[in-house]
Amino acid sequence: MIKIFLPYKIRETLDVPTEIEAQGSNLRNLIDNIEGMYPGVKDHLVDEGKLRPGMSAVIDGKTTRLGLIHKLDNVSEIHFLPSIAGGRK
Amino acid sequence: MVSTPENKNYKVIGTRPIRHDGYDKVTGRAQYGADIKLPGMLIGAVVRSPHAHARIKSIDTSEAERLDGVFAVMTAKDLPRLGDVVRGNSEESGSEKHLSENVMAFDKVLYKGHVVAGVAAKDQNTAFEAAKKIKVDYEILKPVIDVDQAMSKDAPILHEDYTCDHLGKEVKNSNVAAHVRHENGDLENGFDKADLVVEKEVDMQTVHQGYIEPHSGTAVWDEEDRVKVWTSTQGSFAVRDSVSKVLDLDVSRVKVTPMEIGGGFGGKIPIYLEPISAVLSRKTRRPVKTMMSRTDVFDATGPGPGGKVKVKIGIDADGKILAAYADIRLEAGAYPEAFIEAAAKCVFSCYDVPAMKIDAYDVLVNKPSSAPYRAPASPQVAFATETVVDEICKIKGYDPIDFRLLNVAEKGTRTALGPKYRTIGLKECLEAAKKSDHWKSNLNSNPKTGKKRGRGIASGYWFNIGFKSSVNLSLNPDGKVALIEGSTDIGGSRASIAMQAAEVLGIPAEDVRPSVVDTDSIGITDVTGGSRTTYATGYAAYNAAHKLIEEIIEKAALKWDISKDQIEYSDGVVKSKTDSELKMTLKEIADDPPGGPIVSSASVDLEEAGGGFAVHIADLEIDEETGKTDVVNYTAIQDVGKAIHPSYVEGQMQGGAAQGIGWALNEEYFMSDDGVMLNSSYLDYRMPIALDLPMINTIMVEVPSEEHPYGVRGVGEPPIVPPVPAIGNAINDALGLRLLSTPMKPSRITEALKRKK
Amino acid sequence: MSENKVKKVAVNTTINGEEMDILVDPYISLLETLREVVGITGTKEGCNDGNCGACTINLDGRIVDSCLVLGVEAEGKNIETVEGMATPDGLHPLQQAFLEEAALQCGICTPGFLVSAKALLDNEPDPSEERIRHWLAGNLCRCTGYDKIVKAVTKASKESK
Repeated sequence: MIKIFLPYKIRETLDVPTEIEAQGSNLRNLIDNIEGMYPGVKDHLVDEGKLRPGMSAVIDGKTTRLGLIHKLDNVSEIHFLPSIAGGRK
Repeated sequence: MVSTPENKNYKVIGTRPIRHDGYDKVTGRAQYGADIKLPGMLIGAVVRSPHAHARIKSIDTSEAERLDGVFAVMTAKDLPRLGDVVRGNSEESGSEKHLSENVMAFDKVLYKGHVVAGVAAKDQNTAFEAAKKIKVDYEILKPVIDVDQAMSKDAPILHEDYTCDHLGKEVKNSNVAAHVRHENGDLENGFDKADLVVEKEVDMQTVHQGYIEPHSGTAVWDEEDRVKVWTSTQGSFAVRDSVSKVLDLDVSRVKVTPMEIGGGFGGKIPIYLEPISAVLSRKTRRPVKTMMSRTDVFDATGPGPGGKVKVKIGIDADGKILAAYADIRLEAGAYPEAFIEAAAKCVFSCYDVPAMKIDAYDVLVNKPSSAPYRAPASPQVAFATETVVDEICKIKGYDPIDFRLLNVAEKGTRTALGPKYRTIGLKECLEAAKKSDHWKSNLNSNPKTGKKRGRGIASGYWFNIGFKSSVNLSLNPDGKVALIEGSTDIGGSRASIAMQAAEVLGIPAEDVRPSVVDTDSIGITDVTGGSRTTYATGYAAYNAAHKLIEEIIEKAALKWDISKDQIEYSDGVVKSKTDSELKMTLKEIADDPPGGPIVSSASVDLEEAGGGFAVHIADLEIDEETGKTDVVNYTAIQDVGKAIHPSYVEGQMQGGAAQGIGWALNEEYFMSDDGVMLNSSYLDYRMPIALDLPMINTIMVEVPSEEHPYGVRGVGEPPIVPPVPAIGNAINDALGLRLLSTPMKPSRITEALKRKK
Repeated sequence: MSENKVKKVAVNTTINGEEMDILVDPYISLLETLREVVGITGTKEGCNDGNCGACTINLDGRIVDSCLVLGVEAEGKNIETVEGMATPDGLHPLQQAFLEEAALQCGICTPGFLVSAKALLDNEPDPSEERIRHWLAGNLCRCTGYDKIVKAVTKASKESK
């Protein structure tokens, strides 16, 4: 099982615990599984078949650049976080 | 250098060749934004609002249009009206509507200097004359100019139509565009158990990036609705995206040619004049160049957010941090985004904090829409955290380096936002600081003058972004390599990118010739910003060079009619593994290779480089009579991952330190109550000059990044983070005064000394 | 506008050793004259009010901000700009030292620094760090923190000897 941490505002809005566990072969699949447990989460994370603009997924310390197709082999934790404008406004 | 963890024998990396673009830049040949001159070119000028907050009732351009030598006049009516759309992911945020409104106001002006109209004329004088004849009727509104005003009850609202996000709740009629929170661990329990809790609130004034080259934008809009843009920018593709959105054109209709760039520090990522020149060109079918004055630059571009940051830290009896809280309120300026997520990510980044909570507020004020400024939002939060840490050390009598080492963030430490660090080098920086000649030196007050001396230390962090870069290589018939890239070169990156390709190919840096080209001539390359260029574009160059070697081997196999796996390449020579007769130099293989010229290209889309940390030590000498502070000794220590061109890495460290020193001691937007910047010239916005600074010692620590083949980390941004708190801590050391507002200028020091007595 | 049009003024001046006759509007600065009339753009505009030094030129042996001088004041004068520093035989030692010491990052202030530094070495061939900082105090650099610029000038002074 992969430990999942959702952003504060999603946890507050949908009453999700700080840390949850889920599985998935890739990020898309994992989010579908989380949606099964906590309906409404997917809408916060996914838009038009992609990670929602402004949302990033940090997989074992690395922010994925592949998005939903990122394969989850031997992953222990994923943090979904608001993405950070590193340069551009 | 303190450590070289991998004892690789690099031939090119770590050497100090002359940068490829250097000759043009010391002879005056290099062409910057304003240097372009096109046949038939007109000069543009804009009309700017004199008010910080007002509704536009009407604009009368008729008199300007009648003036001799005027070719076109425009207002926002000539721009498409765009809806609210969030753009992209992480490289971009904000909305198209705001992007467009910031170029030219439609209904409301939100800061002094906000553009309301534009004009193209035969020369600059006529354009200015015409701009003066454009009459704008305003309904003046009360401005809000700082976070306290903006967040107060009954504050005038900047964006009546904007939906704010307060912890997931949709809120209207607020100047707080966003309130975000991050929580980790049991905060209350941590503070309850604490042996000592220290809390401080700092107040940072708005500052400007201060690049010496003002903005400009030149454009031609042709009969096929294709727009060519020449501009000085940190990201030609970012300009292409933004211009195409504001003008509602497909990106392929816009071609951006980057000129040399005279400094940016984040401030030359946004667009300002480019769409205006484009529309004026559409109306005239002639090239139009529009430029800013220095006052325009201060009034209407840039600034790095001011704001207030409160930090509270609790420690146990052994000095271990138990809990930390931050309340961050930063000025977004006229449009949302003051980098509050970056602030949250950076505020406790140097420490292992078991329980924490961060509240951050993105606050709209009637100042120009803030732009990134070198490690955006990190210096603001570091001032608070590093001041609290220094205060803890003073109260408990801890050595400030030992306390930082006891609580140091390292590989595996959980960061404020949750994920764990990969390999980072803060501990190594602190150890290098401890061993430095500077830290070991005595600090005696000047017996001759009686001036007080003080020493301060502070740490800082920036996370480095990755993102997209593209590089093309071609092997020329003389055996040299042309490298084509899209990263505009703001401080030697042509060299640091070319050197990585040269290292792979085993040839001298001079034999790889880098060119920065327009957006039609290379694959997408994200901005020169976020300390990403040497890391990401360098990585693309590394990959492209490996592909070039594959091509070379393939061609050699064809030529010699042997199989590829019998061939090897090293140091500019391709040869058979078995037959010593079969051997070609790059020049030989490049001469009419079978099946066509030898070329390669590569692109990357990278994850962060893993974070860069800096530790700075500042010695000050303060005149208690006048409050004047002199920096007498300064050392910047930084984990640079791997220094590709050490001179330019040192340059980044020294330049960042100098900007931070200016921020700490002198620089601020001095605003009238009406929201007008009163010091919008270099005379009054006092940036450090050569006489203000000492030599800045540098210690490069090399803890390689796990994400890059040579271990490169971003180096541009971390060095601006520690100076403000290092100087604040040094002032406290010298005078026993805790100054909590920037700039810590002479009058603040003398006033504080008076209060103390 | 046309009825009160100001007439251009003929100016005879020497720029980087080349004597020339130019026509300038009487209200434009020497900076604008160099860039727009003569067409040499190595001299840069950073502020147009004499505070950044990016437009520093040498006017009859004195360094001045060319944005604060009118184009018509060039009459009969000898002007040196960054374009006049190198010869066909090679770079001026200061230019070479700036390259070797990495004394520039973005490079926009570099022409002004080179012109100021050349005037310094012409006057004081062996300046101390303090004298160098004093002479360069009128030139703003936002990239380097001045450290490598001071080192480059020191190096050039040693090598010129």
